[in-house]
Amino acid sequence: MSKKNCNNPSSKSVDRRSFLKGTAFGLASLAIPFGTSDASVWEAFFQKHFREMNDDEIKSVIKRMEKEYADEYKTGFKIKTTGPLPGVKFGYGLDLSRCIGCRRCVYACVKENNQSREPQIHWITVLQFEKGEKWVNVFEEADRYYNPQEVPEEGHFYMPVQCQQCENPPCVKVCPTQATWKERDGIVVVDYNWCIGCRYCMAACPYGARHFNWGKPQIDKKELNPDVHYLGNRPRYKGVVEKCTFCIQRTRENPGRYPACVEICPVGARKFGNLLDPESEIRYCIENKRVFRLKEDLNTSPKFYYFFAI
Amino acid sequence: MNLKSLSKILLIVSIPVILLLMLSSYAASADDTTDYPVPPPPFSEGIFPCSGCHAGMEANTNRRELSFHEDIKLKHFDGWCFNCHNPGDRDTLRLASGKIISFKESEYLCGQCHGTMFRDWKVGVHGKRTGFWNGKKEYRLCVHCHSPHQPGFKPLKPLPPPIRPEDSKYKTSETIPLNPLDSIKE
Ligand code: HEC
Ligand code: HEC
Ligand code: HEC
Ligand code: HEC
Repeated sequence: MSKKNCNNPSSKSVDRRSFLKGTAFGLASLAIPFGTSDASVWEAFFQKHFREMNDDEIKSVIKRMEKEYADEYKTGFKIKTTGPLPGVKFGYGLDLSRCIGCRRCVYACVKENNQSREPQIHWITVLQFEKGEKWVNVFEEADRYYNPQEVPEEGHFYMPVQCQQCENPPCVKVCPTQATWKERDGIVVVDYNWCIGCRYCMAACPYGARHFNWGKPQIDKKELNPDVHYLGNRPRYKGVVEKCTFCIQRTRENPGRYPACVEICPVGARKFGNLLDPESEIRYCIENKRVFRLKEDLNTSPKFYYFFAI
Repeated sequence: MNLKSLSKILLIVSIPVILLLMLSSYAASADDTTDYPVPPPPFSEGIFPCSGCHAGMEANTNRRELSFHEDIKLKHFDGWCFNCHNPGDRDTLRLASGKIISFKESEYLCGQCHGTMFRDWKVGVHGKRTGFWNGKKEYRLCVHCHSPHQPGFKPLKPLPPPIRPEDSKYKTSETIPLNPLDSIKE
């Protein structure tokens, strides 16, 4: 049997989703993959939780997965599993007095993180507000479709929103399969092989930062980024949830590159670094600018800080 | 181990470290690298070195309508070319103190009047740094973003908005939309 499609090998072919549903209701209807002889389907089905695997088990999962991706995409992906760096907790700053709403960050992120072009998924949404509008609480109603000849538009300002990497993430709490969790460096990650697509996390996220693959993700082969992380930008499957990971495949290296959105921003509005390092630019922002976080009253405690530098 | 032998070991270990440090600081001063590493200044093609024309020309310090560099219209503070340029050597800049600096460190020029911006710039908060968040970084000069002669930030054409949910037609198409990022050349 071939599973050379983009569907989650552990959910489509072998239907872990209905298996889990069964167990959840105490029915334990064992929907294991009878009728398939492909060993890797079995392997995918019985794959342990990422955090419970030892190094050898991770290695063999990566090997299997690299082969699956190579067959599917005709591209040699290198799947990293780099762990958190000791003494690091990532934080992000965004200077709203500089942002001009040009959306370079949106598409640099799409490219770096292999987001589906069709159906379209964007991890970053840029909102446009009229100056003076009461905005911090109504950002769901802000204009995200603005499209003038030039930005910034007179009398407006812009606020990009992406995963806020909460210290206290409501999305993690509601996940029935523990397919999403917070890592030691503060990055909230998703294991696409454990996600069953129930979308509880999307309902729980107050920032609209999680996105669902309604269809098979499609990306032109020449636009694929082959430098990927297991918990980040590796190609996704139909029916799984994804979101910003602070470019885990770049930032967890030593030395670690800045996230793609920081690197592209033409106005330099995006700041990134280690919250535990008093010399970092993010700490400078927090200590010297008046920073605020979105929906502070919900106690999600984001590690994403907005500020007006002037 | 007692304290004495520990300090002896520290001494032995530190000698080569100090030597190395001395060597490396010598290397840094021997090189003409700037305090803040930056990409080349964003000159128009063919204009630099300025001495190509100016070497044989008398500097004219009078404020006037120029018959060359007509595209340069000063819309900054109420000043003139030699508030910044060096009449003695056009390939360099001159600070108010008389200090001569290279175009690769023009941030010092701007920093004379924009102290707060300059302070934020040095720590990577105004302007931008690329490279490694926990390693080597490259800055952008003020003039990479602000023309020194008309320093307001130039507006940009935004990349396309997201597709509205009602317009989204999921299809297994042969023509996957390409990333619009690759169509801009900046
Ligand atoms: C605020 C300081 C300042 C003033 C005033 C100023 N310049 Fe400049 N000028 C600069 C700096 C800094 C650069 C270097 C820009 C770069 O690195 O590309 C520059 C670049 C230039 C260039 C090269 C432009 C190019 O296309 O690459 C010319 C020519 C020039 N200046 C002429 C003038 C003339 C003529 C005047 C007076 C009418 C003037 N400047 C006034 C700071 C100044
Ligand atoms: C192709 C030749 C050419 C080059 C290259 C050139 N200039 Fe000039 N520049 C001129 C001429 C000619 C004038 C005199 C225009 C006038 O008097 O109306 C002039 C005038 C100026 C002036 C006005 C003051 C004065 O002495 O007349 C400044 C300042 C200046 N240039 C700066 C620069 C700088 C900075 C560069 C390099 C980045 C540069 N120029 C490169 C030809 C050149
Ligand atoms: C001699 C002092 C002086 C120097 C040197 C100077 N500026 Fe300015 N700059 C001013 C003043 C005064 C203003 C505000 C009034 C104005 O816009 O003309 C200003 C305004 C600005 C603005 C705001 C413009 C706007 O439209 O909002 C920017 C950006 C700027 N400068 C950048 C620079 C850069 C970059 C340099 C270095 C190449 C520089 N300045 C060098 C005095 C200076
Ligand atoms: C990465 C691009 C970038 C760099 C590098 C940069 N700036 Fe800016 N700067 C901006 C943007 C964007 C704005 C806001 C838009 C505007 O007001 O034109 C701004 C605004 C300013 C202003 C206007 C005051 C304000 O608060 O709006 C000044 C003055 C200024 N910059 C000076 C500098 C100086 C001095 C440097 C170098 C030490 C520098 N900038 C480097 C992008 C940059």
